[in-house]
Amino acid sequence: MASTTAPEYAVEVNDVSMVFNMASEQLNSLKEYFIKLMRHELFFSEFRALKHISFKVRPGEVVGLVGTNGSGKSTMLKIIAGVLEASEGTCIVRGNIAPLIELGAGFDLELTARENIYLNGALLGYTKDFIDGHLDEIVEFAELRDFMDMPLKNYSSGMVARIAFAIATITEPDILIVDETLSVGDVFFQEKCERRIRHFIESGNVTVLFVSHSLEQVERICQRAVWIERGDLRMDGPVHEVCEAYRNQFA
Amino acid sequence: MANSPTCATASHARSEYQKNLFILKQLVTKDFKLKYRRSVLGVAWSVLNPLLMMVVMSIVFSFLFSANIENYPLYLILGNITFALMTDSTNAALVSFIEAAPLLKKVKVARFVFPLQKVLFALVNFSFSLVAVAIVMLWFRVVPTWHLVWLPVCLALLVVFCVGIGLIIGSLAVFFRDVIHLWGVILTAWTYLTPIFWDFQMLLDRGAPAWVIGIVKVNPMYNFVTFMRDIFLWNQSPAASTLLMCAGWAAVTLLIGIAVFRKTQHKFILYV
Repeated sequence: MASTTAPEYAVEVNDVSMVFNMASEQLNSLKEYFIKLMRHELFFSEFRALKHISFKVRPGEVVGLVGTNGSGKSTMLKIIAGVLEASEGTCIVRGNIAPLIELGAGFDLELTARENIYLNGALLGYTKDFIDGHLDEIVEFAELRDFMDMPLKNYSSGMVARIAFAIATITEPDILIVDETLSVGDVFFQEKCERRIRHFIESGNVTVLFVSHSLEQVERICQRAVWIERGDLRMDGPVHEVCEAYRNQFA
Repeated sequence: MANSPTCATASHARSEYQKNLFILKQLVTKDFKLKYRRSVLGVAWSVLNPLLMMVVMSIVFSFLFSANIENYPLYLILGNITFALMTDSTNAALVSFIEAAPLLKKVKVARFVFPLQKVLFALVNFSFSLVAVAIVMLWFRVVPTWHLVWLPVCLALLVVFCVGIGLIIGSLAVFFRDVIHLWGVILTAWTYLTPIFWDFQMLLDRGAPAWVIGIVKVNPMYNFVTFMRDIFLWNQSPAASTLLMCAGWAAVTLLIGIAVFRKTQHKFILYV
């Protein structure tokens, strides 16, 4: 461990592969399993969602991930966020992550917004004192003060997203992962979210990983882009070059 | 501006341990709130439930089994709540990973918290049924003695035992849903194998074969139930053999549980 001389990287993805076993049928029962085992029919077709991906991100860098649907972008982000474990290779992340991957993950719809803020805050690794102290700020940002003690199931999806975004970004994270979450909520809230993300970027301390299908948005926000296509790392470089190449594949 | 630099408290937990502890607290609180939300009697149900069960069972069984048991209702309720702590916690832990699927798929979270959450929640409910025990003791004028200081030891061992089982069956259930059905059968068999409403002495009196007696004596729940009755009903410290059995079972199941969980947890996300 001591020999790794790269604490200057916020995210290090080293030769990461992700293999999913695509059972032609999912075996959820012991009987099926043993029958298949006896008949030597226990084969899985492998699906490699990511193939030997490596890239490194410096602190404060803003990196966009581009690629067509199903090419492995979200899998990559989930590995970085620690939700998935890579089948091969390592992924080292230094600092705390604010994952805006699926807003409202970990919310319980039966609980009130206030209770969910604590539950979600716990999952994000906040301390109780911290949430106590910032509850007002979170509510303020989400603009849902009058609905704090209402069960979340009565919320619209946009309202849920507001709360989720407010909790995840209440403090400046070391690493911010944004996966097309900005498309939720109304225009005004979208702008508010983008302003906050921009504020993080401008502070220079926050590493941002950004996934979007809008190349314009990627070019506007990011400095560097990584293009993943069908699990392969196709290109890694300055945002305009990568986006240009990405566009040209359709031309 | 949005970020307040003025806040003196640390925003993030200092260690994984602290983080998981807070998550556990939140999850158990969640279970508790959801269980009693919109119920008029609320927490009182956790007290009433064992009492009602005791009343029904005493009416039926007092004619059959209670001949030589003093304070049969107390005997019953102690057996019931102790066994219920095991069944409630393992039944919930059994599907804890499967039910946590939405979370496991989207959030980075230590997976062991889910069975632990269910066992701790069952313990919270158990503590309410102790109120029921107190009521019964008052009713029958059974005076508690200093032997109750053993209670934390008994509960700690039982919780460890349940966590161990929870880890084993919870992990297996992710891969084979049959385990869920199988566990129901095992629990039913286990209920009858444990002297909850009958008396161990009966087996001896009626000349049960040695292997039956052996099985009952090795049965971990027999030992936990006996432990509880020793300290609440018979006012004595648990026998060394009872204590050893409880501790041994707790240790063994926890170790197996950890081993099974460690070996399988990395694949959970592909199966939940």
